[in-house]
Amino acid sequence: MASTTRARLGEEVWKSRTDKINAELVTLTYGSVVAQLCKDLDGDYAEVNKQLDKMGYNIGLRLIEDFLAKSNMQQKCANFRDTADVISKVGFKMFLNIIPTIANWSSDNKQFSLLLDENPLADFVELPDDGKAQGELWYSNMLCGVIRGALEMVQMQVDVHFVSDILRGHDTTEMRITLIRYIDDEMPQDDE
Amino acid sequence: NASTNPPAAGAAATAPTVVDTLSDEEATREDIYNRLENLGYKVGIGLVERFSRDRSRFTDNLDVIKFLCKDIWHLVFRKQIDNLKTNHRGVYVLTDMTFRPLIRMSAASGVPAATKAAPFLQFPCGVIRGALSAMGVNAQVTAETPGLPGAVFQITTVNKNPSG
Repeated sequence: MASTTRARLGEEVWKSRTDKINAELVTLTYGSVVAQLCKDLDGDYAEVNKQLDKMGYNIGLRLIEDFLAKSNMQQKCANFRDTADVISKVGFKMFLNIIPTIANWSSDNKQFSLLLDENPLADFVELPDDGKAQGELWYSNMLCGVIRGALEMVQMQVDVHFVSDILRGHDTTEMRITLIRYIDDEMPQDDE
Repeated sequence: NASTNPPAAGAAATAPTVVDTLSDEEATREDIYNRLENLGYKVGIGLVERFSRDRSRFTDNLDVIKFLCKDIWHLVFRKQIDNLKTNHRGVYVLTDMTFRPLIRMSAASGVPAATKAAPFLQFPCGVIRGALSAMGVNAQVTAETPGLPGAVFQITTVNKNPSG
């Protein structure tokens, strides 16, 4: 499937098959979850990142079903470049109504970056001014977990992490996604 | 549960505190419910700050409740509330026959729907309490489901002026 076809598919699913909710409600709810985590974990931002990733992972495991049902993708992605294209143009479009830019491919085609020009989760957000959060907290880390969980269900083991975030004062918000391996179909033991 | 004292012995020896009498499971559940409610509270405050900005000043508590039932409800649950009742003494009962968070929920036979749905009602309760608080109305909010997918919220305003 060509890249433009995917863009059209993403647009169509967003318009006709997505249950939409108010963006500010999402922003506020996500913010409230992150704030509660920071409080509960007493400013241990490494742990906050980990928990957000875990929550996202559990969302991703289920979200892929919804993605496949609504997008009605007929063919498998031929390679990891295709996968990246689908994540950006169909996945992000359909759930968050944004299309991150795909950039910085590694020469072996196993690593790429998603640049989030806008990030609905982070609208009117400021990181805590405690001298630590700016250097340690990845505010939108749940997104990493979502991608990791969703791809795992379609047999791709990946590593996803943020490398920069506008909230921290960087110029871009960039996620790095690395393909570790394709997971083989494994027969359950003693399966007749 | 194994960690609690045998009830008879514990009760006889020292007067048990409230915490002792709650089983661990109940205590944990209370804690989780409180957290969910608090998350909602923050969201409710934020929503009202954002969306009541361009409207005229509220005249009384009923005006506030109407704003909640129409605008805020529509914003959060994409429909208006089905029924609003009040005793004109600060108690308001809001009924939503098809409450969105419960709309795709089914309860296995034998498990009462009310128990299953309870965790999902904490966050909305918090949103309501937060929204009201941002509009200057202190209230207690509780919810229950009379049967899926309906939900009934009871708001008890805590006000200096009882006729509010």
